[in-house]
Amino acid sequence: MIHQYKLNGYNIVLDTYSGSVHVVDELAYDIIGLYEHASSDKITTLMLEKYQTNPEITEVEIQETLTDIQELINHGQLFTEDEFSDLSIDLRNRKTYVKALCFNVAHTCNLSCDYCFASQGKYNGDRAIMSFDVGKRAIDFLIENSGHHRNLDIDFFGGEPLMAWNVVKQIVSYARSKEKEYHKKFRFTFTTNGMLLNKKVTEFLNEEMDNVVLSLDGRKEVHDRLRRTVNGKGSYDHIVPKFQEFIKNRGEKEYYVRGTYTHDNVDFTNDIFHIADLGFDKLSMEPVICNPKEPYALTEEDLPEIYNQYEILAKEMIARNENGKKFTFYHYMLDLSEGPCIQKRISGCGSGTEYLAVTPWGELFPCHQFVGDEEFSMGNIWDGITKPEIQAQFKASNCYSKPECQNCWAKLYCSGGCPANSLHATGSINGTFEFSCDIFRKRVECSMMVKVAESIGEMEI
Amino acid sequence: MKRIITLSSRKLVDTVKHGGCGACQTSCQSACKTSCGVANQKCENTLNR
Repeated sequence: MIHQYKLNGYNIVLDTYSGSVHVVDELAYDIIGLYEHASSDKITTLMLEKYQTNPEITEVEIQETLTDIQELINHGQLFTEDEFSDLSIDLRNRKTYVKALCFNVAHTCNLSCDYCFASQGKYNGDRAIMSFDVGKRAIDFLIENSGHHRNLDIDFFGGEPLMAWNVVKQIVSYARSKEKEYHKKFRFTFTTNGMLLNKKVTEFLNEEMDNVVLSLDGRKEVHDRLRRTVNGKGSYDHIVPKFQEFIKNRGEKEYYVRGTYTHDNVDFTNDIFHIADLGFDKLSMEPVICNPKEPYALTEEDLPEIYNQYEILAKEMIARNENGKKFTFYHYMLDLSEGPCIQKRISGCGSGTEYLAVTPWGELFPCHQFVGDEEFSMGNIWDGITKPEIQAQFKASNCYSKPECQNCWAKLYCSGGCPANSLHATGSINGTFEFSCDIFRKRVECSMMVKVAESIGEMEI
Repeated sequence: MKRIITLSSRKLVDTVKHGGCGACQTSCQSACKTSCGVANQKCENTLNR
């Protein structure tokens, strides 16, 4: 399977099953488009007819291009057959170990954001802060169930995890104390709205957290529209200086300023550029996931503009790369030569198998998005997984198990999509949320174009 | 090739042998939290490079 498209003056051909990306001229683009459906003679005739006013396109040129295409096919880089369907069955039957836990340390929040999937931190339940006893047991649970994995990832999440600050410090300290004994390396991520950031917190986060995610939606009026305090006051003025100070002290360590865009700011690249102009250079911006009845929910009618915005973003990133104001965008961070292996591309995000969420009460869910949905309560940190049938569902769900994914050229870039999004949109984790797929495909096209532009630029130098 | 530039030399099939080690981050750990994208994840297995 191939996918060919034109963007920003580049003709790009992606070979789905090899992962090869080719940049081609007009003639090669046309011939590749015809290659599977027409004979060489037919292609030659059609090309001579199309390019009859171009003296450079001769029968010899066309034959040479056909030979080059055949060479790529022989090398397994074009029109490659799918060799991974058996592997996808093996992956469904594989033994898995837990390697990451989302610690929902605070089911409470000091903001009251309208679009919060966690219902302002409560996850449709009671407010709560995780106790150290629960946190300690969750670390032990992770070590006991991690098998051969050495790198263990922990994500402090909420609600607002800074509202559980003391227990976070205790959990980190406890986890560190177990690393040597069990030959494990804990890697921590912390997601915060920034309201409680101060010097001490900054020092600790910059010392201990491998990654910090700072929530900021962009322009003041956009951010303050939905991200307000419980008293209805906007949070932009309070958090932006704190985030700027935080980044000054972050050094080379990883962080993301992460925003959410909605129907109210479909021109979200203005928010991304605003964040970049505030001095942040590692950015992420996600489409809102919410009940379609909400006034800020994205609609089908928004899609053309959303596509346009991703193109604007890609072109601006190329321009800023050239003028020294470079920033990275999470969804455009494709690595064409050293990216993830095919097993990762098929098995996906690991929710329900390698990645679980733990609540303040020690209950386990497939990921943070499922917390509070009793149907997906899988067990707890004392008894382990008590409903293996839920785990089996997640293990079996990937881009090879979903009929709608079979002919999608992007399936090895998303692994079949987010199970929580699928559930919310279709009622099943095996469903397909087409709206999300449309956006995802556009992002892959744009990110690939950015990589193409960078590579071609390097070749010209 | 005169009319075709190939940007990525590694083929996915070449990653089968050493793939699946699980040393990499889970996708949602980093920055999305609401979507699944794996292609932007870093491979942490040097045997696959």
